[in-house]
Amino acid sequence: MTRYLLFLARKSLMNRRLTCGLTVLSIALSVMLFVGVERVRQGARLSFAGTISQTDLIVGARGGPIQLLLYSVFRIGSPTGNISYESYDDIRTHPSIAWTIPYSLGDSHRGFRVVGTNDSFYEHYRYRGGQNIRFEHGDRPKEVLQTVVGADVAAALDYKIGDKIILAHGISDTGVSFQNHDDKPFQVSGILAKTNTPIDRSVYVSLQAIEAIHTGWEDGAPPIATLSATDREGITIPEQNLEPKQITTFLVGLHNRIDVLNLQRFISEYEGEPLTAIIPGVALSELWQGLSYAEIGLGIISFFVVLVGLMGMLVSIYISLNERRREMSILRSMGASGKHIFGLLLFESTFLSIAGMMVGIALLYAALLVFRPIIESNFGLTIPIHMLSGREWLYLLIVLSLSVILGLIPARQAYRNTLQDGLMIKL
Amino acid sequence: MSTPSAIDIRNLKFRYPNVATNVLDIPELSIKQGQSVFLAGPSGSGKTTLLGIITGILSNHEGSLEILGIKLSELSSSNRDRFRGAYLGYIFQMFNLIPYLSVSENISLPCYLNPERQARLKTSLNEQIQYLAKHLEISGLLDKPVLELSVGQQQRVAAARALVGQPPLVIADEPTSALDTDLRQKFIELLMSETKRNNQTLLFVSHDVSLKPMFEISLALPQINKANA
Repeated sequence: MTRYLLFLARKSLMNRRLTCGLTVLSIALSVMLFVGVERVRQGARLSFAGTISQTDLIVGARGGPIQLLLYSVFRIGSPTGNISYESYDDIRTHPSIAWTIPYSLGDSHRGFRVVGTNDSFYEHYRYRGGQNIRFEHGDRPKEVLQTVVGADVAAALDYKIGDKIILAHGISDTGVSFQNHDDKPFQVSGILAKTNTPIDRSVYVSLQAIEAIHTGWEDGAPPIATLSATDREGITIPEQNLEPKQITTFLVGLHNRIDVLNLQRFISEYEGEPLTAIIPGVALSELWQGLSYAEIGLGIISFFVVLVGLMGMLVSIYISLNERRREMSILRSMGASGKHIFGLLLFESTFLSIAGMMVGIALLYAALLVFRPIIESNFGLTIPIHMLSGREWLYLLIVLSLSVILGLIPARQAYRNTLQDGLMIKL
Repeated sequence: MSTPSAIDIRNLKFRYPNVATNVLDIPELSIKQGQSVFLAGPSGSGKTTLLGIITGILSNHEGSLEILGIKLSELSSSNRDRFRGAYLGYIFQMFNLIPYLSVSENISLPCYLNPERQARLKTSLNEQIQYLAKHLEISGLLDKPVLELSVGQQQRVAAARALVGQPPLVIADEPTSALDTDLRQKFIELLMSETKRNNQTLLFVSHDVSLKPMFEISLALPQINKANA
């Protein structure tokens, strides 16, 4: 009997395949969006967490952990202070430390941050599951007045190897600068491959270079120009005078991760000067939590999209009920009970939503396969392609439950119609 | 008791909920099994209500009602549905068929919905359909979509569906009003000969009294029903 009712439901759906197909499509699109938003969220989170990897601690002047994370990793905001080079030199000899990457921040170039660092950066910096810094063109700076630019910088300013660039004093995100280090132009020695992280949006020079361009700036103002422009060409700067006196922050990699908390405590209690050490993963998830309202907002919107899709189904089934009153009365006359009619309608809405979900998921995977590389290269967002996660199954279960609940409405109406109509067929 | 009753009504009173007056008040109505009965029922005479009660779709009546010896009021609503499916064949005025099923699927519908009705078949369902189709002259139409049929053909398919599995009581509610005079005559003859062959009771309801002479017994609902008197 149940099997025969399923047969009838199938025949009936086939008979209305155009409208049912459209209903399935509307559910499919909303499910696709719902799960797609979840995927983008996961991708955003992964990309975010992958901005920096394999770094165990980030050390800066005493301050808030989020602020330290923002200026050291994301190149946002101003550093709270500097670290003396002596302290850095002292800490990096700690036996549990494998490597450090010093950053000296504070200058900019046409809106992009300038980072003073050393070879350690090119060797040890890792992002997104252990990928390292690669050069698209050229190589590390070999001389003091050479620079490496990130992929976005090179693309935005159309830089090629050998181009001369001038750094600006102070952080200027607008690109407008009043004090330029134009007495010491830099030559582009390398262009980094795209990482889709803030690495792409910085200009890299050596720590010595930072020291060099600030020579004579100790009072905070540019030195009085004693050299003519022609004299500046081929300028050589004696290395011994360029020992860095301070850095802004440094990244720490350990031999053994177990030592993280010990070292963090050691740095926080460092006697030389007040320092803050943060664990990047912890600070990143803290920052992500802070951004969660955007995530929740997206979730709410896509939930309502699903609701609208299901309402569309409700409306189309409900409208079809009037045309099908006759059919229901005929079935009633042949022994189908009100419950059978109810079941028939409930089956229909459940079937439509399951079909919609399946089509939606299939469309989503198809879209992911097609658009993933495009999204990755344009937005730096790697959307994961994997089997449905537990959370996504839960979403689908919620959609299914909603569709069953909404399906009860036309089913109940059909049941009432059959009781009211009896065998009298309304034309 | 000579012949058992197909329909036996005594002191039946019925009114719809929230309505003060009775729609039906039938002191007595008895139809023997195997009879073909014409019930004249102009609109407003309580015809639809009476058929609703006989088929067990309307319940909560006063008095006694036995269909094929069974008191419908003593059955649960799901058992009434089962009873209707198993023992009654029903033909509507028009638009009788399920539009998305083929002719043979429409005819076999009651047998699938009611296992008892299928169990009553002496031959296979397919042979039964072939047999009915032959007698009702729709043999060539079995695999067609019902929407391609003329109204007269549709009514004969509906008759086949009401007759399949030989339900003891066949009720036809104005089945000929959509047919023209020639087809009307033919349709009733076919219906009559099939029900006679299997000793089925035929209750034929119509407002068209010109059909009256074709039936063994003729009743008029306005005379039986005292509610309007």
